[in-house]
Amino acid sequence: MTAVHLGMPKAQRPTLPTAPAGVGNLRGDRPFPAAARDALRDGQLRANLGAATTTIRGKRAGVVAEVPDWAQLREAGRAIKAATMARLDEHLEELERQVTARGGTVHWARDATEANAIVTALVRATGADEVVKVKSMATQEIGLNEALEAAGITALETDLAELIVQLGEDRPSHILVPAIHRNRAEIREIFARTIPGVDPGLTDDPRRLAMAARTHLRERFLRARVAVSGANFAVAETGTLAVVESEGNGRMCLTLPQTLITVMGIEKLVPTWRDLEVFLQLLPRSSTGERMNPYTSLWAGVTPGDGPQEFHLVLLDNGRTAVLADEVGREALHCIRCSACLNVCPVYERAGGHAYGSVYPGPIGAVLSPQLTGMSGDENDPNASLPYASTLCGACYDVCPVAIDIPSMLVHLRGEHVEAQQRTTPEAAAFRALARVMSHPRLWRLAQRAAGLGRFLARGRPTLPAALPPPASAWTRARDLPTPPRETFTQAWAREHGA
Amino acid sequence: MRVALFATCLVDTLVPQVARATATLLQRLGHDVVVPAGQSCCGQMHVNTGYRREAVPIVANHVRAFAGADVVVAPSGSCVASIRHQQAAVARRAGEHGLAEEAQALAARTYELSQFLVDVLGVTDVGASYPHRVTYHPTCHSLRLLRVGDRPLQLLRAVRGLELVELPRAESCCGFGGTFAVKNADTSTAMLTDKMADVLATRAEVCTAGDASCLLHIGGGLSRLRSGTRTVHLAEILASTDAPPGQFRASAPGRSAELHGGGAR
Repeated sequence: MTAVHLGMPKAQRPTLPTAPAGVGNLRGDRPFPAAARDALRDGQLRANLGAATTTIRGKRAGVVAEVPDWAQLREAGRAIKAATMARLDEHLEELERQVTARGGTVHWARDATEANAIVTALVRATGADEVVKVKSMATQEIGLNEALEAAGITALETDLAELIVQLGEDRPSHILVPAIHRNRAEIREIFARTIPGVDPGLTDDPRRLAMAARTHLRERFLRARVAVSGANFAVAETGTLAVVESEGNGRMCLTLPQTLITVMGIEKLVPTWRDLEVFLQLLPRSSTGERMNPYTSLWAGVTPGDGPQEFHLVLLDNGRTAVLADEVGREALHCIRCSACLNVCPVYERAGGHAYGSVYPGPIGAVLSPQLTGMSGDENDPNASLPYASTLCGACYDVCPVAIDIPSMLVHLRGEHVEAQQRTTPEAAAFRALARVMSHPRLWRLAQRAAGLGRFLARGRPTLPAALPPPASAWTRARDLPTPPRETFTQAWAREHGA
Repeated sequence: MRVALFATCLVDTLVPQVARATATLLQRLGHDVVVPAGQSCCGQMHVNTGYRREAVPIVANHVRAFAGADVVVAPSGSCVASIRHQQAAVARRAGEHGLAEEAQALAARTYELSQFLVDVLGVTDVGASYPHRVTYHPTCHSLRLLRVGDRPLQLLRAVRGLELVELPRAESCCGFGGTFAVKNADTSTAMLTDKMADVLATRAEVCTAGDASCLLHIGGGLSRLRSGTRTVHLAEILASTDAPPGQFRASAPGRSAELHGGGAR
């Protein structure tokens, strides 16, 4: 059992393992500003994202507004998560007991490498060389498909959007709608190019596209012997796993094959069956903007003669215990992966999901990914750039169904990053000097006078020249800067009032 | 009422006419305005860029500067939000519990301008006159941290001659975000472009808001485009009257700010 450290002062806190580098998909290869720059130039991507996020935002707002006790539900969700995290070790052991008692097998995976090895061995033991997959963030996080492929096992995504991403040899860019960056014309092109025997007259009509995918998938569902899924929730007291979905592909995978392997982050559990009531109301309205999701599949262990006869649950840490040890950052583990924060985020809307490098994009990704992997003191660590990829506008906090204060956490992680830096960066030197100046009024007045001298650069014009040296150029490339005034307000006031 | 004015570092240094307008407005409403000389910054830029330890002496300076004030007013939603939501926490984290308590007590006496006018003074008609077509951008921190709601709109609707036009997608962030504007300049510019398109679609002469920082960003973009639409802080509009020179007149479209009788130039 992994130890859980709650609220311990940092100095006494042991260094807990984070997600291993080089395995899975939690870290990109470039810092956010550079990755975003490319996305911003892609007009089609901007149009696709703008249209999709605007639509889903509107749907969510509509169905949330009609729930009279949304604020109380949200508070209940937050409180259940906080209470669960405080006794996560006990709940996990209870879950293991209950799953085992119902004929399932529980495996504990410290990280992505262990989880991939466990699943690969389990699939191999069945003799199958193909698995069907239910859409799952945990398996994306650990790079399970890549690990299976290396072992000669084909993993087939059955969620429509995941299928589009997989066939297009692309990467998911959204937690709920992984192909949100694609429009239907692009999807038609991918299907026409990659699905064997597809109707050559395929149009971009959504129904026709869905039918083409359905035909392609149906055959695979029927022949599959092993399915791999994630889980939205696990109920500790009954050992029940839950998957919510819209397309029915999940139900097929969870019921038809002989063997079911579920990979679940350790933070996904709720203590009691009754707790599900809260989350099954919060989740669909926040994610797809529906009152109820079309399919909710619940299972506990195995049932003779009905559904998979072999069930394995892989409980994944992969840095989560390290996140739990941070008393501010741990709230990120409350996330139920609804994506409401992505859909309202003005940064995500422009830069898209790929810019975040991790399978967890958007505001929640910006607080979760760097904590799961840890941020190295190196200022070029791509994940160390994520906490800065936000204007702190607060839209994410407002829509979060479990009230995760993402803006405060972003600020906290910026502080953690700065304090972890080994050497004094030019920025740190500047901020330290400025702090000294701003805490001494006399020095501050002098600095303001010095800033006022910048007016001479303007040569009498109302704005400063656009061609200023860095870092000012980062502002003036796109925005004018007004010419500093001759006198500050406080100086003028002091002069007038004889201070 | 005796009101201590916190100009904020950005307004004081770059757009002093906004602090002047705030003072003029409060005086016109019959209040004594004091400007504590020791003031500098609330510390938000340091905290939000990761320099929370370094922010502690800045917070201490702020608390010292305003120690004697009964009530503090600032023409900024963002700075007031930082005073209310960050200062005490930053001090507490650094183990400065006495400072945290003082900061918390000061925060309870500190108000953003529109909240002070509507909630504390109970006025919406401040006797202003501003005969221009104006659109209002609710800045994120005034909207989501201070929840100022429609208070600025109530104030603007009572301004004589002012034609208020609704800004489409008003609650969308403009892309400023403090050091975000520089660290993620490209994304910031993309957000600004959409905000400018919405502002320009209103055909307003003036875009106003309660934060000079966001307005510096939006106004800097509009100026670069030579759009002819400019940004004017809410305080400047509310301070503006049709009284003859000698009184405050806010920056009108196409002119730089004029501080009549204030002696600033």
